[in-house]
Order: sequence, then C-alpha cells, then structure tokens
Amino acid sequence: MTIKYSEDHEWVELAEDDLVTIGITDFAQEQLGDLVFIELPEVGDEVSQGDNICVIESVKAASDLIAPVSGEVVAVNERLNDEPELASEDPTGEGWFVKMKLSDVSELDDLMDEAAYQEFSEE
Amino acid sequence: MGLAMIETINEFTTAFHQMHVDAGAKMVPFAGYDMPVSYPLGVKKEHIHTREKAGLFDVSHMGQVKLIGKNAKKALESLVPVDIIDLTLMKQRYALFTNENGGVLDDLMVTNIGNDSLMLVVNAGCKQADFAHLQNSIGSDCVVKVMEDYALLALQGPQAGGVLAALAPESCEMTFMTAKVLIINGIECLVTRSGYSGEDGFEISVHNNQAQQLAKCLLMHEAVEWIGLGARDSLRLEAGLSLYGHELDTEHSPVESSLVWALSKARRSDGARAGGYPGADVIMDHIENGVAQKIVGLQPEGRAPVRDGVMIVDEQDNNVGKVTSGGFGPTTGKPIVIARISTELSDGTKKLFAIVRDKKIAVEVVKLPFVKQNYYRG
Repeated sequence: MTIKYSEDHEWVELAEDDLVTIGITDFAQEQLGDLVFIELPEVGDEVSQGDNICVIESVKAASDLIAPVSGEVVAVNERLNDEPELASEDPTGEGWFVKMKLSDVSELDDLMDEAAYQEFSEE
Repeated sequence: MGLAMIETINEFTTAFHQMHVDAGAKMVPFAGYDMPVSYPLGVKKEHIHTREKAGLFDVSHMGQVKLIGKNAKKALESLVPVDIIDLTLMKQRYALFTNENGGVLDDLMVTNIGNDSLMLVVNAGCKQADFAHLQNSIGSDCVVKVMEDYALLALQGPQAGGVLAALAPESCEMTFMTAKVLIINGIECLVTRSGYSGEDGFEISVHNNQAQQLAKCLLMHEAVEWIGLGARDSLRLEAGLSLYGHELDTEHSPVESSLVWALSKARRSDGARAGGYPGADVIMDHIENGVAQKIVGLQPEGRAPVRDGVMIVDEQDNNVGKVTSGGFGPTTGKPIVIARISTELSDGTKKLFAIVRDKKIAVEVVKLPFVKQNYYRG
C-alpha cells in the first residue's frame, strides 16, 4: 500500500489501481487546532487537482482541503458531519475525508513520499 | 490548506513570557505582544476547564493606568458617559471612552482605589491612544500614571473563589465588581472580583518583579491551568460580552452596540450630571429616540460556524446586518454569533439568514448571553 503526501499537508493512500483515500496529516490537525465542523463534497463530484473540496473549520478559523489529485468522489466520511473531532483524534485512520477514483494516476507522481514529507513539514 | 505562517517581530513580551514558552504555548502576535493563543490542552479543553474549574490568563498586555488627584473623578467623567463621582471606595465600574460623534474609542474598567486615585484597565490595542487621550484631555486636572511595571492576571472559573480563598482568606468578602488589596503568598496585589469569561473570578494586578512567583503559586493548585487568548475569546463570546473592534467601534454609539445599561442614569438627559462627555448630544438622542441597529445574539442552524463579517439577510435577500463576532461555543456545542442587525428585526419574528460560502444558513435571534453568567454577588 502506498501513501503519498501533498504540500497542503494531506495524505493520499492508494488502495488499488486507481482508488485513493484522502485525509489530513497529523501535522495539519495539530496546526489547525480543535476541529468543529467539516463540509464534505458530494459523492459523484468531479474534482480537479487544486480544487477546494472540503471546508475545515477549527475553533480558530476556516481552511480548505485542496484536492491533491483529480478524479471522481466515490465516498465521503459521513461520520465527520457529527464528529469532526475524528479528524483531529485519528487523522490518518477514522478521520479520513474522501475516497476518489483517479482520472490521472500519474498525478500521484507529483506528491511526496513519507521521507520527503517529513523533511518538508519540518521546515 | 492555507496554513499560513506569518513571521512577525513582536516588540513586547509580558512578565510571564518564559512561563508560557515553558508550558508549551503556541505564541502569536497580538497588539504588539507575543502572547499565548493556546497551550497543549487546546482551545476547546481550555475553555471547558475554565467553565468547570479555574483558568489562569495572562492579560498583562492590557493597559493599566492610574489617575491621581482630588479632581481625578470629575476629570474622568468628562470623558465617559458613566457615573464616576459616586463610585465608592473599592468599587469597580464598566465605562466607555466616547468621541465627539458618540462613537466608542475604547471600553474600560474603572476602580476607585482610594487616596484620590482611580485604577483604569483598558484594551491592549487601544492603550497608547487611550494614554494620549487621557494625558491630552485631563492631564492638567490629575496625574495620569501608566503602570508600565505591572502585570495583570485573570483567575476565572467556579473554583477561582476557592483557590484564592486558600491563599488570601479576605478574598471571600469580595463580591462582583469590588476591589481589595490582598497579600497573596507574601505578594501585595490589587485584586478585583471581575473578568471576561462570564464566570466568577478575579483580575490581579501585580508588580512585574513578583509576577512569575504569583503565577507559580496559583498554578500549584490542581484546579488551575494556563488558558490562552483563543479560549478567552470563546468564553467571552458565550458570555455575550462585547469586544472592542467587533461589537464596539468609533462608528457606533453605545446605544447602537446595545450597551445602554452601561450609561449611568446620572449622566443621561434627566440625570444629576447630564452630558458633559464627548458626543453626549448624539448618545442622548440615541437613548431617547432609538437607533436603527442594535447588537443581538444569533443561533445558527446546524454546525457550521458563522464568522465575523458574515452578512445577515432576510427572506427576500435584503442585507439587514453583519456578524460582529462569530465562532463555535465549546460549552453550548454549537456555533454562536453576535451580530449588529436592524432594530426592527431584533424581535426575532422574521426569518433571518447568514450567508456562508454562498449558502443561506437560518439564524434565530436569541437572548444574550449564550451561557448563564455566574458572577458572585454575595
């Protein structure tokens, strides 16, 4: 299983061929502080790399989840509607945001591997 | 995700700066100071800790200034629409500096500390302008002494009374909006029973040289935790308390900010010392004839926070107001909003909406505060 990371502090896990799960990194949730509301996209939405696909509201401010890859949203984590804190408590597990079917698998090459992300987020 | 890291050089630090850093605080620039916005506990838990136990806030960035002299009370009355002459010994009162148009320059706390002296606490962001305003306007009537060497701590929450009573038993005699000089663990402090959280609590003025020692002593109590500016804001928002630059500004009179209660009877048109402060004609006109807009509480439907600056519209999409403070209430578990809206809509009989990311979120006019204020009135 491959996990890649974006410069916007998101993780992208490739499950099979062209299906990915996307969430925010532990670094991101720590920067954001306590999360109070998450607005998710609709299943079936077509998104392009760089689109704002979710709104993440913390006690402090609103931020966007920026699509790290292009494709179709095939599932959203409905639990985040009532329990946005899942994304703080377990950002890489139960706090995932969306699952997408990739339209261009090569976009994964734009993302960082874990070692590169570690270095990036320590800067 | 737009996690902007802004590097700012902050000129000022408070006497507790090293303690905040050692406690793992996230430091942010605020009114020229490097201040703790939150500690490892996080805003939400810090907020709840203050509602349930006792929170310790460093508010030393606020301005402390003493007015000294036989004419100090009378002089201050020339700048505020509030009764200062009849403020008795060791009593505290909320006041506002007004401008010629009836707008608000700042809000402040005034305490009669005896010996012909008043102690004022003003907002950090306004303090330099306030000091100049005092010096220029009444500097020839009394001594305006900025207490630069003094720190200010706020101890807030249902256990604040117990914590302080264990260290200074005389604090038990204090009720809301009164003051006392207390010796806490050998340190002389000027203490008022007041605060900005909606809870019972104290604000403690202490010399910088003994400030850390006092904070350490208070933090020894298991109920006490450092609380950052993030939770200070959510606590005051739930308590329905105005924040300068949000509910209060130079463009709106105290009446337009729903602070009529703060305008003393003695200074109104039929009072013993009517008028005699900047903008008195405008403010008295606003009291007598009403105003087009006022500050209200709004409860949005759903979970999405409605933040400062968001437009409020009616069913026909007419712009009828604007959010002055909005956020999420950790105690209420819901988004909460304070807004300035048309007076005629403040009775809540018409449907209102907040426009968030091009969507209409229904909001209901509610009575402030969002959580019950728990002041100790004896």
